[in-house]
Amino acid sequence: MVRDVNSLVKYAIFSSAVLLAPLLFSGGYLMNVLVFVGINTLLAVALNLLLGYAGQISLGHAAFFGLGAYISGVATATYGMNPWAALLSAAAAVGLVAFAIGFPILKLKGHYLAMATLGFGIIVYIVFNETVDITGGPSGLSGIPNFDISGFVFDSDLKNYYLVWAVTLVTILLSANLVNSRIGRALRAINSSEVAARVMGVNVSLLKVQIFTLSAVISSVAGSLYAHTMTFISPASFGFNFSVELLTMVVIGGLGSVYGPLFGAVLLTLLPESLRAFQDYDIIVYGLLLVLITMYMPGGLVRGIHVVTSFARSKFASEVVKNAQG
Amino acid sequence: MPNCGCETETMSHQILQYALSGLSTGAIYSLIGIGFAIIYNSTGIINFAQGEFVMLGGMMTYFFLSLLRLPMLAAMCLSILLTTAVGVVFERLAIRPLRNANPLSLVIITIGGSILIRGIAMLQFGKDTHSIPAFSSNEPLVIADATILPQNLWILGITFLIIAANRYFFYHTINGKAMRACSHNRRAASLVGIGVKRMVLISFAISSALGSIAGIITAPLTMTSYDVGIMLGLKGFCAAIIGGMSSGVGTVFGGLLLGIFESLGAGLISSGYKDAIAFIILLLILFIRPQGLFRKAETERV
Repeated sequence: MVRDVNSLVKYAIFSSAVLLAPLLFSGGYLMNVLVFVGINTLLAVALNLLLGYAGQISLGHAAFFGLGAYISGVATATYGMNPWAALLSAAAAVGLVAFAIGFPILKLKGHYLAMATLGFGIIVYIVFNETVDITGGPSGLSGIPNFDISGFVFDSDLKNYYLVWAVTLVTILLSANLVNSRIGRALRAINSSEVAARVMGVNVSLLKVQIFTLSAVISSVAGSLYAHTMTFISPASFGFNFSVELLTMVVIGGLGSVYGPLFGAVLLTLLPESLRAFQDYDIIVYGLLLVLITMYMPGGLVRGIHVVTSFARSKFASEVVKNAQG
Repeated sequence: MPNCGCETETMSHQILQYALSGLSTGAIYSLIGIGFAIIYNSTGIINFAQGEFVMLGGMMTYFFLSLLRLPMLAAMCLSILLTTAVGVVFERLAIRPLRNANPLSLVIITIGGSILIRGIAMLQFGKDTHSIPAFSSNEPLVIADATILPQNLWILGITFLIIAANRYFFYHTINGKAMRACSHNRRAASLVGIGVKRMVLISFAISSALGSIAGIITAPLTMTSYDVGIMLGLKGFCAAIIGGMSSGVGTVFGGLLLGIFESLGAGLISSGYKDAIAFIILLLILFIRPQGLFRKAETERV
């Protein structure tokens, strides 16, 4: 468990905010958006484990998200499998795929890794589009059933909100524990220097593949949640643009911080919704944010805010001292 | 079953036809790939915005032709110049301030830059697909039983000229030699008085110019829109990877090989999976021979 009381308190406050949020926004369209925020947060947390802690970029995470959604969707809508069983089998299948491609892919570094994951993502996207008999092709797959627990069906935005956020909150807690453990320290060691990590006795190649697989499995679960809450999926949601959007969420929120991905996911999901009138501008805003934040705020918004507040605090403190002396 | 030979005849005819049309797409990939290689060799950066230069070349030419009614040649020159300016500005504003950043930041910066350029192009030129007129007639020519459009010959000819000019630049001019020196060892190059920063700027200028030319010469055949840059850029990168990131013959072969494979795959297997072929080749090369297919035969890296 997280031993640090401070972060436990933060987590408790955050969880209760999530629990109570529907009281403020009950019903209507916003609930639906908040379900998306939860799914995107889950995805951003998954990508952050790989990118933020281990320092390995992936431009193909939309593919794992899509594989989870499609395996779940096809297994339930076409073959009548139980949604929970479908979620688990999708996660297992995606885990296997990620583990298998992880070894050759993660041998690559930096730009090459980015291109290889990107290539993988595009191949999967093309397969979604072309295997019309199975996936329904570009026009999508419909009739995916909702989750249910012995008769209680998650068929409204409010119910799905609690379902999605329960999974997301648990994942945030688990990932916070993971990165504060021996494994988390090993991941950060890989991030700063693979050679040094290897010298310290970290099995670098295996650990990279393991974290890649974990990240893919979480993305797959997010995909299953997406499929069973939306009940309709189409390839357009799982393309290259979505991979970039996920990357933007993690970078904006703050690489390698627990709440950073949450921040990024909230911002990037709500921003386009609130900028409906400027729909075409959102892509430009993403691009600008990516460039500016990487250049001027490499720690993302979370660290940026931290820097600003601590600066203000020290300023304030010195003022107080000055006043006291004066 | 009696074998009259006619089936194999049409088969080989088809293959010839596909290979011919693959050559000109391949030439485009080569040009884009050389752009990737030039920037990579002078900076160590894979410029994800490379494809956007290709898009800008085609879209700007369309814009100047149809809205400003400029003559063809003027429109082309102006869009090459403007795209080069975009490349230079991108280097000055986003790449130079970050010279010592880690690869991750550089990847993210160039992705951000490419999204930004694409978004601005979308606002400026709209989301429609456009075509520009072919450089000469549209009458297909017949060569050895296969037909080929004159535009394909333009593409091959212009690509050949550019590659020759490129080679001349890198081997017979002082700036070209200085850039090669930078690609071997930046630090040593700066010690002998080469302005490395200037060389990086020149490499961005050349790459964006090459990209825009590729975009212009292919636009009459394949159409152009604000989002063509992603795919073309990735395939150009694939060509450069096959060629081992050389800015010379290796990448040219890589591009041509990719173009032919793609065209054969689309014709003989399935056109829907055409784009997947390039990425499967890309992954295979990255997994098995990340140094490129021709590393031994071709070691120049500019």
